[in-house]
Amino acid sequence: MTHNATTKVLVLHLAIIVALFLAQFVLGPYHHTNVARIMVFGAFAVGYNVLLGYTGLMSLGHAMFFATGLYGAGLTVYYFGFGAIEAFAVGVAATFVVAAIFGLIVVRTAGVSFLIVSLMFAQAAFLTTLYFNRITRGDEGFVISSQLRPLEIAGASFPFSDPSMKYNVAWLVFAVSFIASVALVRSPIGRIWIAIRENEARTRMLGYNTYKYKFLALVISATIAGAAGATYALLFSYVGSTFASIQYSIFPLLWTLVGGVGTIIGPLLGTGLMFYLIDIASGLTESHLFVVGAVLVVLILWLPKGIMGGIRDRWLPWLP
Amino acid sequence: MDFGPYLFLALLEGMVTAFVLALTALGLSLVFGVLRIVNIAHGEFFMLGAVLAWWSVSLVGDLPLVGFILALLIGPLIVGGIAIATDWLILRRINYNPESTIVATIGLLYIIQQAVLTLYGPDARPVPAPIYFRIDFPWFGYSGYKLIVAGMSGLLILASWIALSRSKLGLYMRATQLNEEMAQAFGVPVRRIYALVFAVGAMFAAVAGVLVVPIRQADYLMGLEPLLLSFIVVIIGGLGNLKGTLVAAFLIGLTDGIISVMISPTLAKILATLLVALVLAVRPGGLFGEQEA
Amino acid sequence: MAAVTLLETKQISRSFGGLHAVRNVDLQLTPGEIRAVIGPNGAGKTTLVSLISGRLPPTSGMISFKGEDITQLRSWSRVTRGIVYTFQVTSVYPNLSCYENVALAAQRGMMRGGWIERLIVSEQRIAKRVESALGRVGLTSEIGRQAGELPYGHQRLLEVAMGLALEPELLIMDEPTQGLAQHEIAEFCDLTRVIAKDATVLLIEHNMSVVLELAERITVMDKGEVIAEGTPAEIEQNSAVQRAYLGTDAAA
Repeated sequence: MTHNATTKVLVLHLAIIVALFLAQFVLGPYHHTNVARIMVFGAFAVGYNVLLGYTGLMSLGHAMFFATGLYGAGLTVYYFGFGAIEAFAVGVAATFVVAAIFGLIVVRTAGVSFLIVSLMFAQAAFLTTLYFNRITRGDEGFVISSQLRPLEIAGASFPFSDPSMKYNVAWLVFAVSFIASVALVRSPIGRIWIAIRENEARTRMLGYNTYKYKFLALVISATIAGAAGATYALLFSYVGSTFASIQYSIFPLLWTLVGGVGTIIGPLLGTGLMFYLIDIASGLTESHLFVVGAVLVVLILWLPKGIMGGIRDRWLPWLP
Repeated sequence: MDFGPYLFLALLEGMVTAFVLALTALGLSLVFGVLRIVNIAHGEFFMLGAVLAWWSVSLVGDLPLVGFILALLIGPLIVGGIAIATDWLILRRINYNPESTIVATIGLLYIIQQAVLTLYGPDARPVPAPIYFRIDFPWFGYSGYKLIVAGMSGLLILASWIALSRSKLGLYMRATQLNEEMAQAFGVPVRRIYALVFAVGAMFAAVAGVLVVPIRQADYLMGLEPLLLSFIVVIIGGLGNLKGTLVAAFLIGLTDGIISVMISPTLAKILATLLVALVLAVRPGGLFGEQEA
Repeated sequence: MAAVTLLETKQISRSFGGLHAVRNVDLQLTPGEIRAVIGPNGAGKTTLVSLISGRLPPTSGMISFKGEDITQLRSWSRVTRGIVYTFQVTSVYPNLSCYENVALAAQRGMMRGGWIERLIVSEQRIAKRVESALGRVGLTSEIGRQAGELPYGHQRLLEVAMGLALEPELLIMDEPTQGLAQHEIAEFCDLTRVIAKDATVLLIEHNMSVVLELAERITVMDKGEVIAEGTPAEIEQNSAVQRAYLGTDAAA
């Protein structure tokens, strides 16, 4: 990766954002909602990738962060009648706090220990949503569409039930996460993260407190995930324990690996691809998650760097 | 029931949990110790043992004891076979790379789980115990079979302990764990040991599944809980440290069993996680693991 | 001759279980000097510099740098104070370009301010430092190449460039000429002399001709202890040294 490619990078990533925005005018209604969903999950994956692809830390607990955002926004709308913006803020702030506490506890772990610990904390969070099911309605979950007031900006009212509203809010959240992660990754901090991924001990000997940077990566990654979760609640209304389950920790890993771990575009690509793959598979069989397993095994054997990773290796070395 | 007897009941339950957990976690720890990889599909091997037990018992019909003995033979053998196939087809190809193995075994988890879903269905099905007898304590009756489960797990653990420390195979395994290159130089068939250890680890989980299934029903999702509990045990005991694993298994198993009985299973799991958090905050390598400089 | 002491170790020791790798070593470095540490294999030289650089904590003893007790400081804090260590086994980032390798170091050198300064470290300033460091070791032409593709000797030079980009006050080099060809060694000696104008150099070396050429003072270690210290001439005459080495010379 060189820094001389700044213009190319900027143009490419902005083009993607613009293309996504324009797509809403040409997509049929089925794909319209799908792409909105893909963008929200895409933001989740982008956040996850900051930790895995760039800092080299594999977490199996990101469902905890997504769910904190989801419940943070969902519960405040459902029980306190919060408006969308306040609910979103609560979701993000709550995730930030959870991530910071988690990060402080686990910062000295790495590799397998970190993986297992993240998995367990996420499972504990999942169980907590079930334990307090009088409030959270556990597995069944609850729906906030009736409580959620439309967004009021400059006198105009934007109800969340409107499909364009869903699309554009999803797009906005994704765009911000996307651009932010490109900026971070190409900044001095991003360089340090990559160095940590490549060789943590050496990076310490270059004078970097690697624990501090790992903590930072974790908190940023988690907060983006939390923002995605809060957005999901506001746009798609359903808040339930499933989103805190281990499945939603494995999904961002899957999406990122398919699309290309350690690339910015990869996570979005992977999310989109897998979304449709699972969609098609679920039309064919009840055990459609088999597809997930098969894809993971195939990936790891033949395409470990994912799609964008392969493209970067062969044709476009300047891709961040 | 008064508190005393209630506690005693909880202790019995905890003990059974602990023994089964020790067996399961031992499999995971053994694999990490020798191959340095984590098998995320470990819980699925447990589940397979349980499901295969249901199948063999249903084959034999009226003789649950025969079915059960059949299960103890077939279950681990089939699971061992799957493990060896996994080793040949996947693990060797990725050269036992830790991160790749995690991803590959997550994939394996889904493949096994969904395959069982297709063939066995989503329902939980009970399996009759091979022997039914009741031990009558002054305050309550307790299932004799549960004590047999504990006993058999204990025997198996003891047997593997002896095998590991006394037999030639055990020697090969320990040598490979300590220093792979040296072991290879001394003629230890390292590749085959890897396959064997992976299979043995899987079989331990399968046996645990077979033993446990009369106590709880068999369903395709039952592998997650033993996986997570095993992880807790292995983290606290120190990755790859077999003694630590056993101690931690008893600690966690007893705690989980007692709290599950006296308060709630969900709370027990939440507390176990907090316990791990505390341990890790103080000692990142686990209670018995290596310390970072 | 009242030279200010740059680095001082007092009775510094490190044991690994029963093995006493470094035993009660007292060492003093004056600013601007070039000091070589020599000794047979297993003498404790790498362990000693690991203690100084902070890679290992001591079992007992004290280290001070510019008058400050740094014994408890972690390795990264020592780097910010100016103690830089280049690895014995080459430790560049093979998958990153030479530019990126040195940029990591350059960036660190520039991030010594507060929060804001660290974020605004500009890419142009980093680039200048990178070019300067690579120029000094003669690797300018390789700036875009992946570090892992460089021949071994050049990777070692890249390490030195990384060390330089950190603007060290004390540069510790662990067997820097290992694997270098003869003419590269000569270039390295010239480079070291230039470096020593701005920094103090502590060198572990097996190549005696390099040691005799560069070092102003030599510290000899054996079995974890310092057995002799002095000018090259003094060391050549020292009988304890001769005994320890039993006639070994250049290990090119």
